Amino acid sequence: MAEFKKADGIVDWLDQRLAVKSFMKVMMTQYWIPKKINFLWAMGVILLTMFAILFITGLLLVMYYKPDVALAFDSVNKTIMQEVEYGWLWRHMHGVAASVVFLVMYIHMFTGIYYGSYKRGREMIWISGMLLFVLFSAEAFSGYMLPWGQMSYWAAMVITNLFGGIPFIGPELVEWIRGDYAVGDATLNRFFMLHVCLLPIVVIAVIAFHFYSLRFPHVNNEISEELDFDLEAEKYLAGQKKESKVIAFWPDFLCKDIFYICLFMIFYFYLVCFHYDFAMDPINFDPANALKTPPHIYPEWYFLWSYEILRGFSYEIGLACFGIAQVIFFVLPFLDRSDVVAPAHKRGAFMVWFWVLLLDMIILTIYGKLPPVGINNNIATIASVLFLLLLIVILPVITIMERKAKK
Amino acid sequence: MSSRRSFMGFALGATAAVGGVFTLVGMKKTWDPLPSVKAAGFTTVDLSVLSEGELRTVEWRKKPIFILKKTEQMGQSPTDIVADGSRYTVVIGLCTHLGCIPAFHKDEQKFVCACHGGQFDINGKNISGPPPRPLEIPPFAVDGTKLVLGEEGPEYKKMIEKA
Repeated sequence: MAEFKKADGIVDWLDQRLAVKSFMKVMMTQYWIPKKINFLWAMGVILLTMFAILFITGLLLVMYYKPDVALAFDSVNKTIMQEVEYGWLWRHMHGVAASVVFLVMYIHMFTGIYYGSYKRGREMIWISGMLLFVLFSAEAFSGYMLPWGQMSYWAAMVITNLFGGIPFIGPELVEWIRGDYAVGDATLNRFFMLHVCLLPIVVIAVIAFHFYSLRFPHVNNEISEELDFDLEAEKYLAGQKKESKVIAFWPDFLCKDIFYICLFMIFYFYLVCFHYDFAMDPINFDPANALKTPPHIYPEWYFLWSYEILRGFSYEIGLACFGIAQVIFFVLPFLDRSDVVAPAHKRGAFMVWFWVLLLDMIILTIYGKLPPVGINNNIATIASVLFLLLLIVILPVITIMERKAKK
Repeated sequence: MSSRRSFMGFALGATAAVGGVFTLVGMKKTWDPLPSVKAAGFTTVDLSVLSEGELRTVEWRKKPIFILKKTEQMGQSPTDIVADGSRYTVVIGLCTHLGCIPAFHKDEQKFVCACHGGQFDINGKNISGPPPRPLEIPPFAVDGTKLVLGEEGPEYKKMIEKA
């Protein structure tokens, strides 16, 4: 065993046992952040804040929630909303956070695409981030089911039915996932397990991995400049803070992040207090009824674009395209064939591609909410085809051209 | 020496693999429907109370089952269930697209699913929209004027063979 000296204080005592001083250096005081980054880089820490809020409010809700088809609806809409003191607040905070976390996640993703933060050396950051997106989607969906309202029930019905499209084993697989011939008590309880136990554990693990993957290539910056972090850090430590292109995460950078968290919290609590209903579908205040379908089923806003891709085609093709849309962003670093790392406005055709993609996804989102009749169907199909073309064909082509033009 | 070591490695790997397979089988079975759920999978319907042209919905395995006693004008179909001299359309009332419940439009003699605009004719055949197949026919057995859902009777087996 190592030699232990008499500690000269509590920090020293801990340092001898847990190396807290080295740990703080790696994590905070000597974790280098480029100076040239704007507010869009604060989205990560806002997401972390949102996750903390979801976690804590979730703990409070789960103390009163009952995962039983006979009790679930009342445990949410009666016990939590009316009897539990401040139960309404935790529920609205949880519901609104679940919705805006996707808004921030989309901004985070598109910031990464715009500034080329998924490229050269940062591929693992991007892939682990996309994994988090998929996990959050599963988390959101399994949580959406728990109040056992009409929309919860039918969303579960439709989503579990999607697996029926898998060749040969489809129908048996659907029954197996549900644990019943239709969505029922067994289904509710297994989604409850996923939502409060398995998925949060996996999410926390992947968040840790996402941060870890950031340590080696470091954070990108506004002009995608390649920095020699060791050299810049030396300057900083030598006291040339003005000349150095980096600052320490703590104490310099975090104060800026905290400022953006405060701004975001104002927006968030404005929604929680005055517009909490935007995350609460009115249909979900009817108890689940297995023998009556609501006239129009749609998911929450953040799934509309991929839902619209599902609807844009005939059944089997729609399922396949939906599957592709779920995973296509994972391979973005490999679809982009150019080695240029630069913000989109310095990349010509890529800039056009970026805005067309964003616009197309907004169109898909809008039409995903509208009933699929008449002209809506045509627009859905065109926008869905465009989405797939943009990612699978156009992106590789324009980036190969970009690479060749550079030579 | 090295062969003894590789034997140990192989034995360890084999033991782990066998344990892993048994664990997976156990976990798969845990997710299967419970015996009580399976046992409740039979429903008996008395057809003699139905009137012609009226749609009756009964619940079987938590799914809605559409039962329609057909009139003369509705014609005949190989998917009809014949019991006590009358013809019936018996289908699982879940759209084959994504599982919503289509509504019966009596005037148009059609089942219309509001979710994605799927349409089925009076025999449950898909006639327009995204549904890929006709409405499914539940396993059934005919017992006089009674229909037993969940049991694969000879009439059901014959119908499935033809299809």
